Amino acid sequence: MKARHKRLGFLVAGLAGLGLASWLVFNALDSNLSYFFSPSDVVQNKAPTDHVYRLGGMVQNGSLERGQELTVRFLVTDTANTVKVAYTGILPDLFAEGQGVIAQGRMGADGVFIADEVLAKHDENYMPPEVADALDKAHKGAPDGVANK
Amino acid sequence: MNSRLINWFKFSSPATFYPLAGRLIPIFSVLAIVLIGVGLYMSFFVAPTDYKQGEGYRIIFVHVPAAWMSMFIYLIMAFWAALGLVFNTRLSGMMTRALAPTGAIFAFLALWTGAFWGKPMWGTWWVWDARLTSELILLFLYFGYLALQGAIDDTRRADRAGALLVLVGVVNIPIIYYSVRWWNTLHQGASISMDNGSTMAATMLWTMLIMALGFWAYTIAVALARVRSIILEREADTTWVSELAEVRR
Amino acid sequence: MSVAEFFDMGGYALYVWGSFGVSALLMVLEPIMLRSHRRAVLQRIARIIRIKAGEKV
Repeated sequence: MKARHKRLGFLVAGLAGLGLASWLVFNALDSNLSYFFSPSDVVQNKAPTDHVYRLGGMVQNGSLERGQELTVRFLVTDTANTVKVAYTGILPDLFAEGQGVIAQGRMGADGVFIADEVLAKHDENYMPPEVADALDKAHKGAPDGVANK
Repeated sequence: MNSRLINWFKFSSPATFYPLAGRLIPIFSVLAIVLIGVGLYMSFFVAPTDYKQGEGYRIIFVHVPAAWMSMFIYLIMAFWAALGLVFNTRLSGMMTRALAPTGAIFAFLALWTGAFWGKPMWGTWWVWDARLTSELILLFLYFGYLALQGAIDDTRRADRAGALLVLVGVVNIPIIYYSVRWWNTLHQGASISMDNGSTMAATMLWTMLIMALGFWAYTIAVALARVRSIILEREADTTWVSELAEVRR
Repeated sequence: MSVAEFFDMGGYALYVWGSFGVSALLMVLEPIMLRSHRRAVLQRIARIIRIKAGEKV
């Protein structure tokens, strides 16, 4: 009995110690584990100014401009702030106004984020087209979720 | 000691667990085949098209069950690992060992099907966001455990080292699960959660749950089959093994 | 849905079948390999028993 209790004690203590260590590590790494900065982060100067980073948000409705060849310009918003983005290249199939997007690149001198890669971010909602249409009619123009719940 | 306690310890002996496992395998095998069969039919012929992802979203019916199982199996391994470290029973180490390869396969499938889903939808096969990275770490933990088992000759020492590795790595599981909530990720949030219900159409949800149950039944059948082989190998010198019908040729 | 449409999966054929295909492959291979491993273990044990019985003579 005693030996088993001692082993249990060591196990619990070990796991508690491990939990504490992990918590400390993740607290330290926290912001760096996020995959992208939001437009609000950029506007509040929390995003890097001199190197590549990722900007995530929603493509603002009506902001998409297709330039020459494969150049596009659009606004990324998190409903509180927006950032201008310019990108030359192929866009993913799910890229659209009102949909989530993650652009990788760096902020240009004129306040335009020059992206070298654009990924589409979709939410966790799955439904057949009829249901989507009915929802669309019910809340006209409700934006697609980008921030995780 | 009351009789309930005694019964548990009786089944912790490999000699009594072996025939029990043998009787359970056919039940779970049939369950797996039926559930996965029905699930596959529903995946392609009952679940409707998705309004945004078209037919491509159907990957969810293998991706999510595989991901769930990769995490769940690891938790079960951690349970057996803890039990083995505290009670020093041989069967605990055997069960941990028996579950690992299946867990590794599901972790691999979660990543593989995820990549095949990400490429058309996100536009990339892989990103180092918190969800994908932590699932990859899980795969490495499985590989690490299996490598450790292969490297240490003495089974008792191998079991103990493996159990410690499993328990150290168990902190990764809540990280995988909560990653999409704690950090900004490319991977979307949970479609099913305890507090928020589900964000999937009912038929889609049912299909996914049936596939998940099928994967779970498959895991039990495979793990029980594997532990029987492990028991045979480790208990080869005993009388009861030599007297087994399948051994006496 | 016609057969052709089924295999095409709305243009996502590579991704859907690449996922389901590899999953099916591994989940069929795993039990098969388990079966053959069990057979090998049983044969090895039986052989050892025969050898030991032979030594006793």
